Amino acid sequence: MDLAFTKEEQAFREEVRSFFRDNVPPDTRRKLVEGRHLSKDEMVTWWRILNKKGWGVSHWPKQYGGTGWTSVQHYIFNEELQSYPAPQPLAFGVSMVGPVIYTFGNEEQKKRYLPRIANVDDWWCQGFSEPGSGSDLASLKTKAERKGDKWIINGQKTWTTLAQHADMIFCLCRTDPSAKKQMGISFIVFSMKSKGVTVRPIQTIDGGAEVNEVFFDDVEVPYENLIGEENKGWDYAKFLLGNERTGIARVGVSKERLRRIRDLAGKVESGGKPIIQDAAFRDKLAACEIELKALELTQLRVVADEGKHGKGKPNPASSVLKIKGSEIQQTTTELLMEVIGPFAAPYDVHGDDGSNEAMDWTAQIAPSYFNNRKVSIYGGSNEIQRNIIAKAVLGL
Amino acid sequence: MDFDLNEEQRLLKESIDGLLTDSYDFESRKKYVKEKGGWSRTVWGKLAEQGLLGLPFAEADGGFGGGGVETMIVMEALGKALVLEPYLATVVIGGGFLRHAGSDGQKAAHVPSIVDGSKTLAFAQLEKNSRYDLFDVTTTAKKRGDGWVIDGEKFVVLNGENADTLIVTARTRGERRDKSGIGVFLVPANAKGVAKKSYPTQDGLHAADITFTGVEIGADAVLGNPDDSLALIERVVDEARIALCAEAVGLMDESLKTTVEYIKTRKQFGVAIGSFQSLQHRASDMFVATEQARSMSMFATMAADFEDAKERSNAVAAAKVQIGKSLKFVGQQAIQLHGGIGMTMEAKIGHYFKRLTMIENSFGDTDYHQRRVADGAGLI
Repeated sequence: MDLAFTKEEQAFREEVRSFFRDNVPPDTRRKLVEGRHLSKDEMVTWWRILNKKGWGVSHWPKQYGGTGWTSVQHYIFNEELQSYPAPQPLAFGVSMVGPVIYTFGNEEQKKRYLPRIANVDDWWCQGFSEPGSGSDLASLKTKAERKGDKWIINGQKTWTTLAQHADMIFCLCRTDPSAKKQMGISFIVFSMKSKGVTVRPIQTIDGGAEVNEVFFDDVEVPYENLIGEENKGWDYAKFLLGNERTGIARVGVSKERLRRIRDLAGKVESGGKPIIQDAAFRDKLAACEIELKALELTQLRVVADEGKHGKGKPNPASSVLKIKGSEIQQTTTELLMEVIGPFAAPYDVHGDDGSNEAMDWTAQIAPSYFNNRKVSIYGGSNEIQRNIIAKAVLGL
Repeated sequence: MDFDLNEEQRLLKESIDGLLTDSYDFESRKKYVKEKGGWSRTVWGKLAEQGLLGLPFAEADGGFGGGGVETMIVMEALGKALVLEPYLATVVIGGGFLRHAGSDGQKAAHVPSIVDGSKTLAFAQLEKNSRYDLFDVTTTAKKRGDGWVIDGEKFVVLNGENADTLIVTARTRGERRDKSGIGVFLVPANAKGVAKKSYPTQDGLHAADITFTGVEIGADAVLGNPDDSLALIERVVDEARIALCAEAVGLMDESLKTTVEYIKTRKQFGVAIGSFQSLQHRASDMFVATEQARSMSMFATMAADFEDAKERSNAVAAAKVQIGKSLKFVGQQAIQLHGGIGMTMEAKIGHYFKRLTMIENSFGDTDYHQRRVADGAGLI
C-alpha cells in the first residue's frame, strides 16, 4: 500500500494544471465558480480547445482519438478539471453515446459520428427517461416502427438535459411491443432537426431551464441509424450507464466548492467577525471535508483497482461513489447557503456580466442549492443505488 | 498509488485469519473472558508463536520489522474476531514507546519478553480530568538522586490489572496543562507504592485505576526526554488511534456480515425480513459507512509515515472522525436490524456493538477530533 503518486504522475498533474491555467477562458471559469450556467458558445469553445490539445475524448481507445492514459492519469485529469474548474466534456457525447458507438456500432457509424462527437460538431442529448419511466426505465413506451428503410418514431422523452442545444439524440425506443419489457428495446440515433421533433423547456426550481421535454410525432429516421442489433438496446444502455462510475463522485467539484466556502467564510461577517471564526460553522465545514477525504480515498481505491485488474470486475466500493458524492455536493451547497445568510434571497439582480464583483458571487448560491437537489435523483437515484448495493454486494 | 497488499502481507493476513478462525469463535471467546484477567494465555502464546507479538519491532531488536500496514492487517483481524488479548496495550502502544524512544538497554530489557509473550504492558495516561488532552497531566515525577519518584492517579488503564510494566505519563515540571514538562516512565507493576483497582470494562476487556504513591524508579526508567515528551506521546497515541481505526473496520465488517446473514434467515410475515426494502437500504447504508471507514483507516495507516507531525495528526484525527461516525451508525443499525435478539448477551452482535462504542470514546471521540480538524488549516 502506498498513497504517493509517482514523479511522472506528479509531472502530469502539473502539465494538466498549467494547460488549464493558460487555456480556460477566464470568464468561463468565473461563471463556473459562481455556479452560473454557461452559454452554448462558451462550452463549445472550451471543448474545442480541449480537443485540439488531444484531450477531448481522453478515455476513448487511441484509434478513435483517445490518449492511452492510465487510470491514475484519468483520475488526475478529472480532478484538476473539476477543481480548476473548467467545463467537463459533454457527457452525452463523450462518455455515453461515443463508447456505445465505438463498441457496438458499425465502421460507417464510427467514421460518421466519432470525430464529430470529439469536436462537438454535433451536440448530443440523451433520450432515455419518459414521463412514466424514471427509475423503472425499461417500462419506456416511445415506439419505433420499421417502415421499409425507415423507422417511424412516436412518443415522448423527458428530463432531456440541454436538448435546446442539441443536434443529435440517442434514444431508447420500443421496437418489439410483444417482447418482455427489457427485450424489445433498440438504441437509435437521429437528428434533433428532424421533422416531428419538438423541444419544450422545463423550468426547474433554480429558475433555470437546463432540462426539456422532447416530443416525437411521426419522426422519420433512416434504418441505418440503429446502433448494434435490433432489440438489444437495453444491453447497450446498461453498458452506457455502467461506463462512468468514478467520475460521478465529483470529488474535484466538491473540493473546489469547499475551498470557495473557506475563502468566503473568511470574508462574510457574523456577530462582528468572519463566520469562519464561528466554531459551530467550522465544525460543519470540517465534517464535510472529512467526508470528502474519505470519498476521495474510496475513489482512489476504485481507480487503483481498475488500473491493476482492469475495468471488468466492478469494485464493490464503487457503489459508494454515487451516494456519497451526491450527498457531499449537496452539503457544500448547504454550507454556501449558510455563509451567505440573508443575501440568499435576492433574485439575480446584477446579471452575470461580472460588473459587480462585490455582490455577483451571491447571486447563484440559492439557485445552486436548489439545483443540486437533482444530484441524488439523476443517474439512478440514491434509492436505486441502495437497491443495487443490497442486491449486487450484500446478496439481499 | 497502490491499495493492494504485497505477497508477504497477504500471507500475514491469511495466517492470522486462520489462527483466529481456529481458536476464536464466539463460544471460545466466552471461555477466555472468564480466565484470569479476562484473556487467554494460550491464545497469546499462539500469537507469539506466529511472530505477531514481535511484528513491529526492528529485526535487530528481535522483531520482524513490520510497518503500519502489517499492524493494520493484524488489528482488523483482531477486531473481526473480537479478540480480548492486550495487543493494543502491549505491542502497539508499549511497543511504540520502546521503538520510538527506548534506549538499547530498555529495548534489551523489554522487547524480547514482549515478543515471546511472557510479559505484557499497559499505558497509564488518562487522569480524572484530562479527558482527551494528552498534555493535561497532574501526575508528577520528581527527581530524587539518579532516579525519580512518581505520585498521582491514572484511570481506565487497559490491561492495567495484568501488565508487568506500566508506561506512565508524568509531569516533571510546569503547570497542569503545560505542553512542556511531560515525561514518560517505565514503572514495574509490582513496584512499592503502586495500588491497583481492577474491573471489567463494558466491552469485556479489563482495566484498572492505578494510584502511584511515592513510587521510586531508577534513572533507566525514563523513556526519551523526561522534560519534553509530548511529541513522543502524540506520536504513539496516533499509532494507537490508527490501530483502533483498523480494529473498528474489522468489527464493522463482521457486524455487517452477521446482520446481513441474520436478515436473510429471519422470517416474519412469511418471508425473510431482508426482502423488505427499508431493511435493504439500511444494510446498504451500513455498507457505505463501512467502506468510507475502511478508506480512512487506510489513509491513516499511510499517514503514520508523514514527515510533518501536524499533517499526520490532522489525517489521523480525520480518520478517527470518520470511523467514529461510521461505527456508531453500523453498530446501532446492526442492533436495530437484529431486533430483540440484538439486545441479548447471547447473540454476538451486541458484543461487537459494545466494543465499537468503546472505541469511539478511546483517545478522543468524534467531536474532539472533528474540532481538531476544524481548528487546523483544513483537509482539502
